[in-house]
Amino acid sequence: MSTIGVSVPRIEDERLLRGEGRFVDDLRLAGALEVAFLRSPHAHARIGAIDAAAALALPGVVAVIDGRETAAALEPMVFDIAKIVPEAVREATAPAVRVHPMPALPTERVTYVGQPVAMVVAESRYLAEDAVDLLAVEFEPLPAVVDAERALAPGAPRVETEWEDNEAISFAFERGDVDAAFAAAKVVVEESFRSHRQHPSPIETRGVAAGVDPQDGSLDVWSATQTPHLLRDFLARWLGRDPERIRVRAPDVGGAFGIKHSCYPEDLLIPFAALRLGRAVKWTEDRAEHLAAATQGRDQVHRIAVAADAAGRILAVRDHAVMNAGAFNLLGLVVPYNTFTHLLGPYDVGAFGFAMRVAVTNTAPVAPYRGAGRPEAVFAIERAIDRLARELGADPADVRARNLIGPEQMPYETGIVYRDGTDQVYDSGDYPELLRRAREVVERERFEAAATERRRIGVGYAIYTEGTGVGPFETARVRIEPTGRVKVLTGASSQGQGHRTTLAQLAAEALGVAVADVEVVGGDSAAVPSGFGTLASRTLVVAGNAVSEAAAAVRAQALEVAAGMLGAASYELEIEGGTIAVRGRPDATLPLGAVADFLTPFNPARPRGAPSELAAESVYRPGPVTWSAGVHVAVVAVDLPTGVVEVLRFVVAHDCGRVVNPAIVDGQIVGGVMQGIGGALHEEVLYDEDGQLRTGNFMDYVLPTAGETPEFELIHLDTPSPLNPLGVKGMGEGGAIGPPAAIAGAVEDALADLGVVVHRGPLGPSRVRDLIVAAAGG
Amino acid sequence: MADPGGEREVRLVVNGVERVAAAEPRLLLSDFLRHRLGLTGTHVGCEHGVCGACTVLLDGEPVRSCLVFAVQAEGAELRTVEGLAGEDGELGPVQRAFHEAHGMQCGFCTPGFLISLTALLEERPGASEEELVDALSGNLCRCTGYANILAAARAARDQAAERA
Ligand code: FES
Ligand code: FES
Repeated sequence: MSTIGVSVPRIEDERLLRGEGRFVDDLRLAGALEVAFLRSPHAHARIGAIDAAAALALPGVVAVIDGRETAAALEPMVFDIAKIVPEAVREATAPAVRVHPMPALPTERVTYVGQPVAMVVAESRYLAEDAVDLLAVEFEPLPAVVDAERALAPGAPRVETEWEDNEAISFAFERGDVDAAFAAAKVVVEESFRSHRQHPSPIETRGVAAGVDPQDGSLDVWSATQTPHLLRDFLARWLGRDPERIRVRAPDVGGAFGIKHSCYPEDLLIPFAALRLGRAVKWTEDRAEHLAAATQGRDQVHRIAVAADAAGRILAVRDHAVMNAGAFNLLGLVVPYNTFTHLLGPYDVGAFGFAMRVAVTNTAPVAPYRGAGRPEAVFAIERAIDRLARELGADPADVRARNLIGPEQMPYETGIVYRDGTDQVYDSGDYPELLRRAREVVERERFEAAATERRRIGVGYAIYTEGTGVGPFETARVRIEPTGRVKVLTGASSQGQGHRTTLAQLAAEALGVAVADVEVVGGDSAAVPSGFGTLASRTLVVAGNAVSEAAAAVRAQALEVAAGMLGAASYELEIEGGTIAVRGRPDATLPLGAVADFLTPFNPARPRGAPSELAAESVYRPGPVTWSAGVHVAVVAVDLPTGVVEVLRFVVAHDCGRVVNPAIVDGQIVGGVMQGIGGALHEEVLYDEDGQLRTGNFMDYVLPTAGETPEFELIHLDTPSPLNPLGVKGMGEGGAIGPPAAIAGAVEDALADLGVVVHRGPLGPSRVRDLIVAAAGG
Repeated sequence: MADPGGEREVRLVVNGVERVAAAEPRLLLSDFLRHRLGLTGTHVGCEHGVCGACTVLLDGEPVRSCLVFAVQAEGAELRTVEGLAGEDGELGPVQRAFHEAHGMQCGFCTPGFLISLTALLEERPGASEEELVDALSGNLCRCTGYANILAAARAARDQAAERA
């Protein structure tokens, strides 16, 4: 029986339910020292003298390491991805990207609040924090800039004094005659929409531990990272060590959402300290550090214009966007280019003009957060389409339907170059059907029946496409043990997505064994020689196909050997439930494990030249990305006197290709939507004008709770991807892409008679009240 | 800096077993459980009383162990996630409900939810929907979107009501 498409209960759960998970902070490393950081209290300041005498005098303090020491030993950090601009991207958009090295610890200036300045290593975290209080650092404050548009204006304080301005990236694109289309249009709408800054904030913060083997000097690192192999390779280069002698493990990781993808100064500094001191060293981030110094997400402003004919057919879109990169342009085009390639989403638009400018500012660095540039794009275009519908006096869902790419247009070439340098082509999907199915189940009337003069009901839509399963590769190794157990080793790690279960299902399916007999090992750089990691909705596509291929190769191997053992031809054999059988000869069977046993080098009967184990490795290198899509519909209630917005119902019609484990897929969607709801209603990272962080704890940075969960309706319309053997598409991020736009549209709809326009979130009570008051008074 | 004061012995009962370990007065109960007693199932997500990941039962009441000093728990009876399985070692009903309803993803928040729900159902086996939501609103989960956590809570409640 196939295990694909079945909600197999998760293999991961039992340990976690018993409190036997192993997160980085749970590890007990013998004699480990602990670290606390002194972090910048200023958004921008010159660093003067650092006096560590009192700190070092405190019993239990082992070392104080500051930028002067690390500067001599560690090159400033630069990530390869920031430097990669494919030729085709260069030709199409002429990007200017400044490579922006980040010192592990700065020597001259700090450029955001929370930036690490010095690290104290002590016998315990308590002592390390005491010592941080005793460090005397002279700071000379400098003018700071927080807002991206202000940072790009002439005369703004400069974040990097040797740059002539704060522009880190710019690129532009034009397809078709945009000006002519606007001139010919019957209706033009133009507005500014902002995707405000948010914080991914998994419940487990970051953590790093490192130990050095006293015998051979090899380095063991445990990090709550999404990308153990990338971190290993990064550490090898930055610490000047052989990658073979570094092992990075991501044990259990408590959520990530993009924030644990980057290599951080702390990822480098903890191993550095362990090597320098010859002892195990551990650091667990606290929530205040996390909110100040881990990467943040969003923060884009779009000036977007849409031109349409009288029937609401969109003739052209023009969008000028500005993004805030924070204090370091860490990852180059990753986020802003994603915004560009996802702006038009599912719509068939004639002419398109786009320009993006990215500014550095004195705020925490911005990096991918679930969706990574897509929610920002969707907020801009979907809000603009709502304005267009209003202008036309048409139903917003009808206007969308009129402009969708049809299934008969698949594969659909957008005329845009994707970030990997290939032509952007939507491989499959039926967007009109997704919208139709979603509209069927909105149930607006049910909620409207309970509406009152003060409690208004509104419905809002967002439709998106999502390029998923980006390369370059992932490795998988599948081995059958003599016991019959199957081991799957993969470069992909997990932060809660249930990959152990999903990948076990794929291996079980390809091999003909029970899921329970498969054990998946990931998150360990020693498991397979090379790997990439879990990010950008890629694991099922890239690691999944690698596992499936490797398992199929092992199956073929097993059948060949078994054929000899059973005196049959391999095509006469089948495997079910871990047993190999000859068709039509019920007595001729062999457990899979017996084949592995037969191959052991100690077996004298083993045929000459046969492999010495039953195993295969596969490196899967995907081609262009495969496109998932979704329609989100929010039904909200807005309470007029208080401005409180409540999301009552959330409909998701979704296409993520072939589904392996429906329960896990639905869990990912709902989790993503809830993050989107949090961002739409409450969550906002706030800095004051001087760059002081106003949202440094969970009282001020407010995450949604169980009480805000709407009723969910999920619809699957899964068209298999033609681009990979399994037919799968990625889906880890999709849930978070649509909610801010859908909810903004719903709030506007609820307040339609007042003519309210939502230009930005979060839509907390005070902003909504302001909108109501301004509309009523204006 | 305040004088942290010397270490003293703290004696308490955790999951039915008497435990003794040294703690300086400022040591948080969460750190005491995790790093002195090695009970790392209780997690720490914020250390300022908001996320609920560190929730334990202290003399039957759910408390945030990051807001309690270990020395304050002297003589107390504690229950942590490690003590939720049945005597036969099988998962308890609340744990099973989370597994069956896919009420967990990364599992980092899960111990806190399990404890909060256990506390509620021990006191009110037939808890209403509102009481369930209320009891779980003090715990943050960033992965699941809560829908399946609430489904698990309802299933566990239905079972508890039946047993009661
Ligand atoms: S760690 Fe105690 S409430 Fe968050
Ligand atoms: S399951 Fe990850 S925080 Fe709840």
